[in-house]
Amino acid sequence: MTEVQVSPEVAEYTEVHRHPEPKSFLWKYIFSVDHKVIGIQYLLLAVVAVFVGMALSLLVRLRLVWPEQSIPLLGTLFPVGAPDGVMTPEFYLAMLTMHGTIMVFMVLTTAPQGGFGNYFLPIQIGAADMAFPRLNMLSFWTTFVSFALLMAAFVVEGGAPITGWTGYPPLSAVPEAAIQGLGQDLWIASIAAFCIASLLGALNFIVTTLDLRAKGLTMMRLPLTCWTWFVTAIIGLLAFGVLLAAGVLLLMDRNVGTSFFVPAGLVVSDKQIDHSGGSPILWQHLFWFFGHPEVYIAILPGMGVTSHILSTFARKTVFGYKAMVYAIAAIGVLGFVVWGHHMFVSGMSPYSAFVFSILTMCIGVPSAIKTFNWIGTMWGGKIRFTSPMLYAIGFVSLFVAGGISGIFLGQPTIDLYFHDTYFVVGHFHLIMGVAAIFGMFAGMTFWFPKMFGRIMDERMGKIHFWITFVGVYAIFGPMHYLGMLPHPRRYAEITSVDYLGTTGAADLHLFITMAAIATVLAQFLFLYNFVKSIFKGQECREENPWEATTLEWAIPSPPPHDNFAGKVPHVYRGAYDFSLPGADRDFAMQCNSDEAVFGAQKATGD
Amino acid sequence: MRLWLAIVVLVITVAMSAPFVTRTWWMPDPITELGERIDSAFMITLVFTGVIFILAQVALAVTVWRYGREGDEAADHSHGNNRLEVLWTTAAFVIFVGLALFGYSVWAETRFIEQKSMEPSADRLLVEVTGQQFVWNVRYAGADDVFGPTNLDLIDDAAGNPVGVDRSAPGGADDIMVPEMYVPVNREVEVVLKSKDVLHNFFVPELRIKLDTVPGLVGKLRFKAEKTGKFEIVCSELCGLGHYKMRSFLHVVSDDEYDAWVEEQASYLF
Repeated sequence: MTEVQVSPEVAEYTEVHRHPEPKSFLWKYIFSVDHKVIGIQYLLLAVVAVFVGMALSLLVRLRLVWPEQSIPLLGTLFPVGAPDGVMTPEFYLAMLTMHGTIMVFMVLTTAPQGGFGNYFLPIQIGAADMAFPRLNMLSFWTTFVSFALLMAAFVVEGGAPITGWTGYPPLSAVPEAAIQGLGQDLWIASIAAFCIASLLGALNFIVTTLDLRAKGLTMMRLPLTCWTWFVTAIIGLLAFGVLLAAGVLLLMDRNVGTSFFVPAGLVVSDKQIDHSGGSPILWQHLFWFFGHPEVYIAILPGMGVTSHILSTFARKTVFGYKAMVYAIAAIGVLGFVVWGHHMFVSGMSPYSAFVFSILTMCIGVPSAIKTFNWIGTMWGGKIRFTSPMLYAIGFVSLFVAGGISGIFLGQPTIDLYFHDTYFVVGHFHLIMGVAAIFGMFAGMTFWFPKMFGRIMDERMGKIHFWITFVGVYAIFGPMHYLGMLPHPRRYAEITSVDYLGTTGAADLHLFITMAAIATVLAQFLFLYNFVKSIFKGQECREENPWEATTLEWAIPSPPPHDNFAGKVPHVYRGAYDFSLPGADRDFAMQCNSDEAVFGAQKATGD
Repeated sequence: MRLWLAIVVLVITVAMSAPFVTRTWWMPDPITELGERIDSAFMITLVFTGVIFILAQVALAVTVWRYGREGDEAADHSHGNNRLEVLWTTAAFVIFVGLALFGYSVWAETRFIEQKSMEPSADRLLVEVTGQQFVWNVRYAGADDVFGPTNLDLIDDAAGNPVGVDRSAPGGADDIMVPEMYVPVNREVEVVLKSKDVLHNFFVPELRIKLDTVPGLVGKLRFKAEKTGKFEIVCSELCGLGHYKMRSFLHVVSDDEYDAWVEEQASYLF
């Protein structure tokens, strides 16, 4: 076992026993139980998934603008969906469904929590690993199986499902209605597997946060990143079980003749369907009972990372730390009682819309608190414009832009017009899509030196930031204008609706597609920067290159096998002690005692 | 850097907001009084959220510009300000919940329709709309004002009986089945929404209302169109590969034209 020196930053530590490092490649990198390796596995899965998902969205954009255009490679890959390279309307729907599913599950749910959370939660709380390392490994590999099942849907007969990432029955439950086969079953199986993986992961995160904190690290001293991972895990524990159940029921409706979601009297293409007694709306309740909390599963870790980075690079304590913690908790609780706002026009009881609407508007309050406090954190600070800081600032801007349109959609009266239009598409992409992704960009560039002992190229990072920041606004801003027309979503073409032809929808679509092409190209710059920096990036072996305060910056980069080499530091202070009056430096690490921060004399003088 | 960031944030803010002021891409004019009230709920929300959006982005731009400068002065040490926190929280709560309460009467009027039987009355026209992949089927009760019973076994798209009206049963003989919807102007209309196969959504932008058609359930919408014209009914719930072309028309016509149309349709039946 390698000897590791305790960081000079650590005032005092507790000895714990060390775990030997596995030697063989297989146990060290593939079936590893080390949370850091598993974290990177999650991140790599998300990187692969995000590029697949992005490619699909590009196809969707191309089909909308040039429906007749032949893309020869596509014809080779998908001779049925795109004969001679020309995408059919059902192929458009398949791409759209898979784009949504891949992005929501395999990217937005894996990277922020399974990736960064796995890697940094144990280190930030002073633990050698997660509470249940083997369960952690099982979580990742179940997620991997889930991803493989989802990819398999592309190649089976009938192709990928066309029912949207929401998979509403009866379209998803009755094969005759969608003219679909195994693809939809694989999609359900994939999601069910994903739910199991996420449940296991959630348990692990909760126990780890509650049980494995270092001496002195009270809950109210936790970095906000840990708070968001903790609350996200609780949300996941409560939400994924419901989706798992719904998925199993839907799979049974499709394959063994049950009728949970299919009512009697269905006639598809003059053919009576042999089901009775089910309710399509039941699926929507179950799905959105998961689906709305899922939005917070995707965005909360990004909020945590943003708070963390804004404080670090503004050299200023988080404004209203306690309010931030309460806001995170409030979002977690309220997130479970607002699912009905996805169903205002579903045919559910119109009376319930009142309750869901009031609760939905209430969830705007903690969101507003967070925005206010982010700006308050930077106010009076001394901002360092590193690329992680730029992404975090971008997150705040995008969070405001994406959140504000929710105030329209949360009102049933206004939702009557905007439901299922591009207004909704613009709304959720800004907030759940790109704001969350900006959180990931921020986290990746911020923690890269710790994970790999090298630093990502700052210039490339900044160029990528500028193009992407402007690009995503150019893509998703105009979608709100499309929603005004109103352009219904999930339309393969605009040719069949007269008013879309006369109100400028085609021009807006062209503009959006152009912006999307530019933004997609810029992502390859990030990918290049990421891959190149892993192997050839500028070395950055110092423990604390950003002059940050939390425990991960008091261990070597990259960290040793068991993080603290058996010597877990004691924690003396909150997570964001920046610019303390009378201190020698403008930051005090959590493991610094008062003596270390203020010098021996001052500390005793207090 | 700080200057550029502030400028870009401000430019984006203007670019995002401007089309909502110039109304470059806008809603079609409403044709109901209810629609006008929905629009005013929208406008009030637009003003409040617009101000919040612009204030937040400007605050962000000013902050990064002001506190991003190079220099020797240290950052402030502050843990926050409870009074501001409470003020902000209260203001957000009052605005957001106030907006929600404001629009409720409109929602109640269009959606709180007691589940009455399908009996038409003199002052209310009942129209049954049934969604089907990828067409709309519109049914009128006909001269006797009674909808005939339906039977799944009688459904035959090719024979012009898409919802299976039993023509031999009482009330069924004179039911009118058409692919497009005709209603007289200034008359209350109750739309009874059904689906044969999967979810669809009945949406007429000019009416400002939409509702899913759910197999196994009966949905109801109520409106009174005050302007004549031809308006599109666009399906707004993903219903399969032809979703994008599932479209029909709502014709709002004068009383005379409506009566003439009904007479013409009835003449095809016998």
